Amino acid sequence: MSREEVLGRIRRSLNRKGALPEGVAQGLARRTARSAPHILPAIAEELLDRFVNKVEAVAGTTVACKRGAGISEAVVEFLQSRRLPLRIVVSDDDLLRAVAWSNRLDVSTGLPDPSDLTSVTAAFGAVAETGSVVMISERQTPTSLNLLPENHIVAVPNQRVFKHQEEVWQALRERPGGMPRTVNFITGPSRTGDVEQVLQLGAHGPRQLHVLMVDDASPDPST
Amino acid sequence: MGKTERVTEVASIVNEAREVLRDGFLRADAGITGGNFLIAETGSVALVTNEGNGDLTNTLPRVHIVTAGIEKVVPTLDDLSVLLRLLARSATGQEASVYTTLSTGPRRADDLDGPEAFHVVLIDNGRSQWLGNEFRDMLRCIRCGACLNHCPVWNSIGGHAYGWVYPGPMGSVLTPLMIGLEEGKHLPNACTMNGRCQSVCPMSIPLPNLLRKHRFRLHGQALDGRGARLALKLWGALAVRPRWYRWLTRIGTSLLGILGGKRGRFRYLPLARGWTDSRDLPAPHGQSFVAAWQRQNNKRVRPSERCA
Repeated sequence: MSREEVLGRIRRSLNRKGALPEGVAQGLARRTARSAPHILPAIAEELLDRFVNKVEAVAGTTVACKRGAGISEAVVEFLQSRRLPLRIVVSDDDLLRAVAWSNRLDVSTGLPDPSDLTSVTAAFGAVAETGSVVMISERQTPTSLNLLPENHIVAVPNQRVFKHQEEVWQALRERPGGMPRTVNFITGPSRTGDVEQVLQLGAHGPRQLHVLMVDDASPDPST
Repeated sequence: MGKTERVTEVASIVNEAREVLRDGFLRADAGITGGNFLIAETGSVALVTNEGNGDLTNTLPRVHIVTAGIEKVVPTLDDLSVLLRLLARSATGQEASVYTTLSTGPRRADDLDGPEAFHVVLIDNGRSQWLGNEFRDMLRCIRCGACLNHCPVWNSIGGHAYGWVYPGPMGSVLTPLMIGLEEGKHLPNACTMNGRCQSVCPMSIPLPNLLRKHRFRLHGQALDGRGARLALKLWGALAVRPRWYRWLTRIGTSLLGILGGKRGRFRYLPLARGWTDSRDLPAPHGQSFVAAWQRQNNKRVRPSERCA
């Protein structure tokens, strides 16, 4: 069915003959062009506390660390505590490129291999309201790094924790190049309740989500 | 696929699905997803899942095809946030689903992954007509499933019994609209009109009323069957004559009460075989509602107090 046919039926159903009156059309265009947040849920806690609480409430884990070598240490610690091989595939963004990785870690960049068990990626931001990390697709941060490995470690600079999702929209509107191909809001590890309504973690995406809260105010002295 | 062993544990079933489907995600040439919302401001498609299956589908294959109803368009990203808050809470009680993903066009020139082609199919299938008729409210449905979870009928019979794509109260409204009233005529009648679906609907859709409108149409088009029409006509004739109605119901209930005997139930009724073939019919307690009301309140209800 053609687009015109559908649009014509919509107009008929709305009892509209011909084009919209100019004032109405302008009002609609203005509403879309200058969008503003609606009523927002109140958040009483400190943003970082709220974010950490919400991540942990959905079975994610968090740890605070410093930039640079601090990130490397936190990654080694996580892998060792979970008895995972010290092998990671990392995104090639500014935050992680600046990390002096421990020589005990086997580090690769680019797209994940089916044999890669753990990825480390930098987030575009995070949302305190829901405990979500926000990942965007760019040359340095391919989307499959967020999805294919069984364990996903996400680095979130503290000052990139937004209060509500609406602040992320504003940051994306102001981003050079506008909307990326993919924006993933990820809230905890993958899960399903499809089998007998029993919650099971690790359906098709990562089984573990570990968030590194990167302290930006005090840069790592070793870098 | 070499999977011949029978697995019964929830964890093993989920793991097996993960293993088997992962290969499919990696090998597929095209991925087809739905879209929970379409955003006019940016031309994005929002997709919500907990499993991550939607994201493997829209990221790994060379082509991403989206099919979504035209009513899913929202003006802006800020409008999207309002609906996402309602969707996750009403669907599963989560504050946010695990994966909420916006796809905007194909992969950019220097992206390392993502589809090379992005194609959105906008589906009308009657929606533009409901916009102008009494089913317009149904276009607000965000497919959260709250009405299913609270429906005693859905909880008893399960989703497959509805016979088509959409189950539960919203399905009973949508299915007759999509496949025709004749074909879906049982669905609007499989409802107790308890109203729980409406009270939990985050989009305030008057579901019982929409089901009632289907019933009106069924009756208007004489699709409800001769027996039902005759019974309704008889009941209608009695209902406007309160004296007769009371006299007959009083006799009827006491007779059935006596016939029900000590067991208080019927194993077999000549005109209601459809019911008694698979279960007993409880017998009335031997008194009509009005009689019981009068006894309890010690007052008479006069026949002139009839409802309009």
